[in-house]
Amino acid sequence: MAKELTPQEMLRIDLSPPTKDWMDIPTVIKPGIYCYPAKPEKVEIVGMPNGHVWSPLDDDWGLPEDWKETFLEGMRERLDKHRSFKIFMDICVRCGACADKCHFFLGSGDPKNMPVARAELLRSVYRGEFTKAGKILGRLAGGRKLTEDVLKEIWYYLFQCTECRRCSLFCPYGIDTAEVTIIGRELINLFGLNINWIQEPVANCYETGNHLGLLPHTFKQNVEFMCMDIEEFVGVTIEPPFNRKGAEILFVTPSGDVFAEPGIYTLSGYLLLFEHIGLDYTWSTYASEGGNFGFFTALDMAQRLNAKIYAEAKRLGVKWILGGECGHMWRVVHQYMNTFNGPPDFLEEPVSPITGTKFENAKSAKMVHITEFTADLIKHGKLKLNPKRNEHLKVTFHDSCNPSRGMGMFEEPRYVIKNVCPNFYDMPESTIREQTFCCGSGAGLNAGENMELRLRGGLPRANAVKYVHERFGVNTLACVCAIDRAVLPASMEYWVPEVDVAGVSELVGNALVMEGEHERTVDLRGRELPQFAEASQDSGESGEEVK
Amino acid sequence: MIAQRIIFPLGVVLGIVVLGLVAGSVPALHGLFSVGLIYVAFAVFFFGFIAKVVNWAKSPVPFRIPTTAGQEFSLPWIKWSKIDNPSTTGGVILRMFFEVCLFRSLFRNMRTDLRSGWLIHSPTKWLWLLALGFHYSFLIIAIRHLRLFVQPVPGFVELLDKVDGMFQIGIPPIYLTDILILLCVTGLLLRRLFLPKVRFISLAADYFPLFLILGIVISGLLMRFVFRVDITAVKALANGIASFHPVVPEGIGAIFFVHVALVCTLIAYFPFSKLMHMGGVFMSPTRNLANTTRMAYHENPWRKPPKFHSYEEYEDMYRDYMKEAGLPLERE
Repeated sequence: MAKELTPQEMLRIDLSPPTKDWMDIPTVIKPGIYCYPAKPEKVEIVGMPNGHVWSPLDDDWGLPEDWKETFLEGMRERLDKHRSFKIFMDICVRCGACADKCHFFLGSGDPKNMPVARAELLRSVYRGEFTKAGKILGRLAGGRKLTEDVLKEIWYYLFQCTECRRCSLFCPYGIDTAEVTIIGRELINLFGLNINWIQEPVANCYETGNHLGLLPHTFKQNVEFMCMDIEEFVGVTIEPPFNRKGAEILFVTPSGDVFAEPGIYTLSGYLLLFEHIGLDYTWSTYASEGGNFGFFTALDMAQRLNAKIYAEAKRLGVKWILGGECGHMWRVVHQYMNTFNGPPDFLEEPVSPITGTKFENAKSAKMVHITEFTADLIKHGKLKLNPKRNEHLKVTFHDSCNPSRGMGMFEEPRYVIKNVCPNFYDMPESTIREQTFCCGSGAGLNAGENMELRLRGGLPRANAVKYVHERFGVNTLACVCAIDRAVLPASMEYWVPEVDVAGVSELVGNALVMEGEHERTVDLRGRELPQFAEASQDSGESGEEVK
Repeated sequence: MIAQRIIFPLGVVLGIVVLGLVAGSVPALHGLFSVGLIYVAFAVFFFGFIAKVVNWAKSPVPFRIPTTAGQEFSLPWIKWSKIDNPSTTGGVILRMFFEVCLFRSLFRNMRTDLRSGWLIHSPTKWLWLLALGFHYSFLIIAIRHLRLFVQPVPGFVELLDKVDGMFQIGIPPIYLTDILILLCVTGLLLRRLFLPKVRFISLAADYFPLFLILGIVISGLLMRFVFRVDITAVKALANGIASFHPVVPEGIGAIFFVHVALVCTLIAYFPFSKLMHMGGVFMSPTRNLANTTRMAYHENPWRKPPKFHSYEEYEDMYRDYMKEAGLPLERE
């Protein structure tokens, strides 16, 4: 952030746009809002064009001579490849229903962040360069020519959209800004204008198999490190299998779960769950990434990164694939993977080895969400749970954008949480389920340099958390997304201190009664359980009395 | 420039009005400005509309990307939202029915305000009401006009006419839809003019159809109540057009040509404008697809096999590390 703003200062937001024509409002690229450009070598590793050193604050962005032709040709090609894009360029009536649905608009008041306005940035170029009326009448027909300034403006706002699809829900024609952003980002990637926070994970994922660039042995060590924690906190020994041929199930989760707090505690939850039910499964160090930052560069890049999952499932000879908690991973798995790289006929239709439940909704793509899997286990009474261990937690659930509006997984996580946590409070209706607000940092915008943007975008979500925090004393924000776990702590710290962020599987892991465990006095983070603290205090006091 | 966005389309509409008045007062132009204009406008509409839809249809739908607005079909004991998140063709048809006929998504609309540090989300139905009122009154008025073109008048048109005019206010009775469309179009225009967010995004292309339709409604009302036109002559003209034996009767008032000029502009403008949302709403991939991508294979016609970093390349790259970590290897 250029200047540290207090929440009160940040909240001085004017949601009334100026009367000036938006085409006359120049775009000023501000520190704290934009992300750093992609490093050339990270562009080159995956064979994407024109990796170069540049800065969004410079006048010269190092564009190739023919950038304009490339952009327009790319646009024409995509109009022919995607009916969605073509229709969304043509039929918006600018009714304004989407205007106040975007978390970035609500948090910043920047009128070009109204979804309709953001899409108009590109739509105006479509009209000005592709339609007769726009070519002849220009601005009167809402058209403008593609210039360097226009490109810079489009670039700036393409990275102020997290592809959360909330606007699409309210649009009477289903116009989806995520589609416009996805294709817009493909276009600027044609001449190397990506941001590094996306490009580097893509390059890492391509070679090492995961966004964080964890080498095979490091990946294994990190998982084993959590097993040591589990040994200490729970008292059971777990030896997770890696790259094991002939396992029944391949488990893939975002690498964030293997790397940083609090995601690693979600990982502990997975490990405990699999141990608890004696699952015949394996991790893979090669397909060690469920997330897909390729999805934030270009669809073919997403396809290339995603291809490893089926390839590895085939090599290892598993029956089906289980996927961990992640947001955009599930947009890709649910709506793209089968089309990208399927159908995986070498796999079997997923059946839970514990309950015998057939996962009908995944019978072609053969990949099941861990929360669907866990909900089924609980429903069949296959888990021994002690929810009292989570009694000190007052939990609310953040529906991640992608599993919500690109899949529709609402009941499963709530069912799981309610079975492992005695105190659950939903946030207001207009901020959850299909109407959920983004964490503010999705679609590759979870960098550090754009913290002001992230905090602004995180406001609507945080505001609803604050409501249940003040009303019910909620102190835990549960989620099924690795990006959420990475970014919501910062947002909570800023907007609603005293609220922790936890993966649903972590809460499950806390409640699981493991065979051979010792008395559980701490949770999976090693924090003392208050119930136990009271008990020890009681015994301490009684000890004193005896004295 | 904002003023230009409003004044330019208003000027164009007023220009068309003047043109209609001029044509109406020169009998030699009556044929051209009634029969000629109507044939041309309908032809442009018909072929333009088809061309646009065909053009959209030419682009494939490579991915199955419905916006899921309810619980997915998943475990048998979880109640799923069959319409808002359909997994069957029947569900998709119902979803589309509610979308097209009742504007389901607009009905969902909320407004969000920031008040003393709290974002307040409250339901708002104004846009939905105005949109629904406008579209349905427009539809009914259009159907009512069949009375002029078709002889004998079909029963449902008669019935619609009776119901619409049931209140018998004034002579001739004013139709409910006439009042409704006037209110709704005015409401939609006022939104654009006075709500800052909507004003910010509104283009000339948004004001133009509103002014046109307002002009059409006003000229229609004037024809009925103020400058009465010879309805028998209008019927003869309309019948002639519909039966492709056009006649141009004498003595139709000038205001009629204003009405026709505005209507024809709207119809001919339709295929080249945002008004094509009428066709597009049926083809929007976020609405008209079932949420079955994991359940059934969806083919992308332009799919290319991906070039990716294979396991063999990966093992070659990291074999030593893997060996040391005790990870199984394909080749030692």
